[in-house]
Amino acid sequence: MNKTVNQKAWFLVLPVIVLVAFSAVIPLMTVVNYSVQDTFGNNQFFWAGLEWFDIMLHSERMWNALGRQLFFSCIILLIEVPLGIFIALNMPKSGFWSSFCLVLMSLPLLIPWNVVGTIWQVFARVDIGLLGYTLSAIGIEYNYTQEAFSAWATIVAMDVWHWTSLVALLAFAGLKSIPDAYYQAAKIDQASRWAIFRYIELPKMMGVLMIAILLRFMDSFMIYTEPFVVTGGGPGNSTTMLSIDLVNQGFNLGPKAAFSIMYYLVILLISYVFYTVMTNMDKKEGK
Amino acid sequence: MEWMAWTWPTALFFAIIAMTLTVFTILAIKFPEMSRMGVLGMETTRGDRLFITLLGSAFINLAWLGVIGAKQPFALIVCLVYALAVFRWV
Repeated sequence: MNKTVNQKAWFLVLPVIVLVAFSAVIPLMTVVNYSVQDTFGNNQFFWAGLEWFDIMLHSERMWNALGRQLFFSCIILLIEVPLGIFIALNMPKSGFWSSFCLVLMSLPLLIPWNVVGTIWQVFARVDIGLLGYTLSAIGIEYNYTQEAFSAWATIVAMDVWHWTSLVALLAFAGLKSIPDAYYQAAKIDQASRWAIFRYIELPKMMGVLMIAILLRFMDSFMIYTEPFVVTGGGPGNSTTMLSIDLVNQGFNLGPKAAFSIMYYLVILLISYVFYTVMTNMDKKEGK
Repeated sequence: MEWMAWTWPTALFFAIIAMTLTVFTILAIKFPEMSRMGVLGMETTRGDRLFITLLGSAFINLAWLGVIGAKQPFALIVCLVYALAVFRWV
């Protein structure tokens, strides 16, 4: 039977194209236009060429922010991924307590970013916050507004509190998809707990873990609201992440646009690498 | 459109990208894509190689600007060599 060729279905894609054009493509084009010009508002633009890119590439401030950002994302991944897997492995697999744990784990994910920031800002205060006050009372020197280590510890703890659940839920979904036969085979072979994790659970979770790593990396790499609310980028510049530094560039749209494009390119590159690794893994699994 | 602050160089830049995408779409219709295994150890289609070329070219231009900082058009020659390498081996 001959297949009917009908290209009219392409019109169904039209709303998506329009939406993406207005929400992503046109703003991105505008940012590119701004990046090669100088403007302080009033819709007056002056050609600047690649000057803003040049300035940004030689800006020590930007490289420092990039370094901090990468460091932050690495710490986040190193803590959240193993912790999320550990939680998922120890969660009840079925019954009432399983549902209870799932709801409990989802709660931090439902809280808006700025509320999370405010909660931790108060929680970590030395004078009235439960965490800050307790740490000070037991003799630990802690003040997130004046000391860089405390500020970092606070925003890392905050992110771990906010987002480990996501990794745990994804890992849990991966674990649930493993058929019982695998565990039965492991039992017959008298495999140790570690061997079960290493050769059954981890490979089966790999797909969702890659998604978790990608999501956590992207989110932590673009983090703005929480550290801005808690530390405002301080003390000094110690917690000024890339997005906070981007906003602090002043009123001229040119350098901000040039900064944004470079930021975007880095994110695009890393996303592409993750995407490629993920799809290649899927293909290998499919074979 | 005034708020988009168009300039001739940026308009040309986007026109070239749009043209490249159009040409590759036509090529994909006329000569359907076949994925192949390249030096990076992953399967790539013609579209993948175009994406790698465009993204890599952006970084080559930034690196040229940051390290050499003069005669930017020469970076495009490096990009061309890079593009040929990507389409041949990746």
